[in-house]
Amino acid sequence: MSVFIIRRLLQAGLVVVVMSFIVFSGVFMVGDPIEILVSDDADQEERDRMIKSMGLDKPFIVQYGLFVAKAVQGDLGESFVFNEPALLLILDRMPATMELAVVALLIAVVFGIPLGVWAGLKPDSLASKSIMTGSILGFSLPTFWVGIMMILLFAVYLGWLPSTGRGDVQVILGMPISVFSWDGFSHVLMPAVNLALFKLSLVIRLARAGTREVMHQDYIKFARAKGLSDSRIILIHVMKNIMIPVVTVLGLEFGGLVAFSVVTETVFAWPGMGKLLIDSIGQLDRPVIVAYLMIIVFLFVFINLFVDILYSLLDPRVRLQDVKA
Amino acid sequence: MTVAQDNMDVAVAAHGDDRDKFEGVQTPFRRFLSDYCESKLAVIGFFVISAITLVAIFAPLLAPTDPYDLASVSIMDSRLAPGQAMMTGTTAHLGTDGAGRDMVSAMIYGLRISLGVGIGSGVIAMVIGISVGLFSAYAGGRVDSVVMRIVDIQLSFPAILVALILLVTLGKGVDKTIIALVVVQWAYYARTIRGTALVERRREYIESAVCLGLSERRIMFRHLLPNCLAPMIVVGTMQVAHAISLEATLSFLGLGMPQTEPSLGRLISNGFEYIMSGKYWISVYPGIALLVTIVSINLVGDRLRDVLNPRLQK
Repeated sequence: MSVFIIRRLLQAGLVVVVMSFIVFSGVFMVGDPIEILVSDDADQEERDRMIKSMGLDKPFIVQYGLFVAKAVQGDLGESFVFNEPALLLILDRMPATMELAVVALLIAVVFGIPLGVWAGLKPDSLASKSIMTGSILGFSLPTFWVGIMMILLFAVYLGWLPSTGRGDVQVILGMPISVFSWDGFSHVLMPAVNLALFKLSLVIRLARAGTREVMHQDYIKFARAKGLSDSRIILIHVMKNIMIPVVTVLGLEFGGLVAFSVVTETVFAWPGMGKLLIDSIGQLDRPVIVAYLMIIVFLFVFINLFVDILYSLLDPRVRLQDVKA
Repeated sequence: MTVAQDNMDVAVAAHGDDRDKFEGVQTPFRRFLSDYCESKLAVIGFFVISAITLVAIFAPLLAPTDPYDLASVSIMDSRLAPGQAMMTGTTAHLGTDGAGRDMVSAMIYGLRISLGVGIGSGVIAMVIGISVGLFSAYAGGRVDSVVMRIVDIQLSFPAILVALILLVTLGKGVDKTIIALVVVQWAYYARTIRGTALVERRREYIESAVCLGLSERRIMFRHLLPNCLAPMIVVGTMQVAHAISLEATLSFLGLGMPQTEPSLGRLISNGFEYIMSGKYWISVYPGIALLVTIVSINLVGDRLRDVLNPRLQK
């Protein structure tokens, strides 16, 4: 077991190092920060001084070394635009993104599982067929376009919901949360539904496939033979067994939600870290781009490591196979 | 085989045109076709996507105006509502965009770019993915586990982020967008073909090919590859839809396609700034075109998966 964990940790470390190199060298090629930072009427001497003070005159590999040395201490550079540490800037926006992602995940689960189970129990009924066709739409529709259509319908024509921004923020348990006030809820509803659509389709498909498989198992027949009510069989026996794949996939997909919030946040002007990234790309704010990407890399490596280790605990075959290979 | 059957086969071979009269005599392709046509939605999807492809190919002949011809585009025509006449006298049936381009023409040309980028990147990614995946499956051992680890790690990052990083680095343009989409997609193909190839490798026909002393390259490409193609067709169809959607998203975010060559995503993005003032047509119509394209490709792909999957066959 410990061999397995050590191998996976080493691998995760390697991925972080490789990704940091790719991200840094990639972003290194973008634009010329001096053009943005130095005023147009500055003379060459001033430009040179600026280049020197930022270390931009050093060779690439030295700059990368300096970046890593600082990054290890938790310093990912200072934003050119905001003159604040990039890491703080992103951590500041993170709660908004996390709130959006969590609400979206809840919507996907609360609506997806019942719909999927229903479609699995009665695969030939009209309702089930519409649910499945709907889920194909959910996969096909580009998120950003659905977002624009939602704004057009609910904000412009009907005027029911606000189209942009985040509502009143309250501090609950030390976290800035907006969803518990009406104003906050009305702001979060549209972006969260928009972000949830794709995952909702995924949950429906997983729950349907799981239900269809479980319903033919002997233990369901046995529960029937015992004379248990249908609702008990579905709520206890079927639910428990279809939750395993659903929970696994959702755990893995949470990172995807955070990544995809880049799109939703841009459409709804939600003040999260995804919107910060897009703004920073527009302004060529290198340190923020690098810091965002590094945080995301960390998040993904962590999620994958966590799932891998959890899996090996649940299913010993996984780690045995890996040690052999 | 009985003599009677033998005679029948000879008869069929002699009168190829009369084949339909003999029940039970089917070519694999014909069986595939009748299976496929069982789903009406899939047939509709196929015809819609064929029509869309034809429109994209013959764009210059079909579009009422040339949206790239700066001489004929007038800023005076900008944001006309659907049905109004432009300066040149042409009626803008779906309105005009912020730069005064006729929406119908802009969409037809945009469709051309979106489809071209989607299919182009899909084909390149497929070739790369097939080569890497086949090689990995055939080599086995250490090479295989290293290659598959790379694929696993790449697939653990969401496609949109990988493409985003690449486009931030590379900049805008058709070629750059295609590169980004290829990098994002190759791993799906590689993983799929490797899985199939590992199963096919143990079949007798590969063993007999080895016994015949054929070269490895010949076995790989002439014997192994053709038998692994069915799942690739399914993955390929789905990936093209995915690539078109991804390109539109990236263009919407301001990366991907440049303003001078607007894809459908870029057109939607351009219209987004006018949506608050109720000028819906600039965003809505390109979006519907995008939607119809992606849904019909997915319908075809979904049906292909059911038909080509041997596990589901009766």
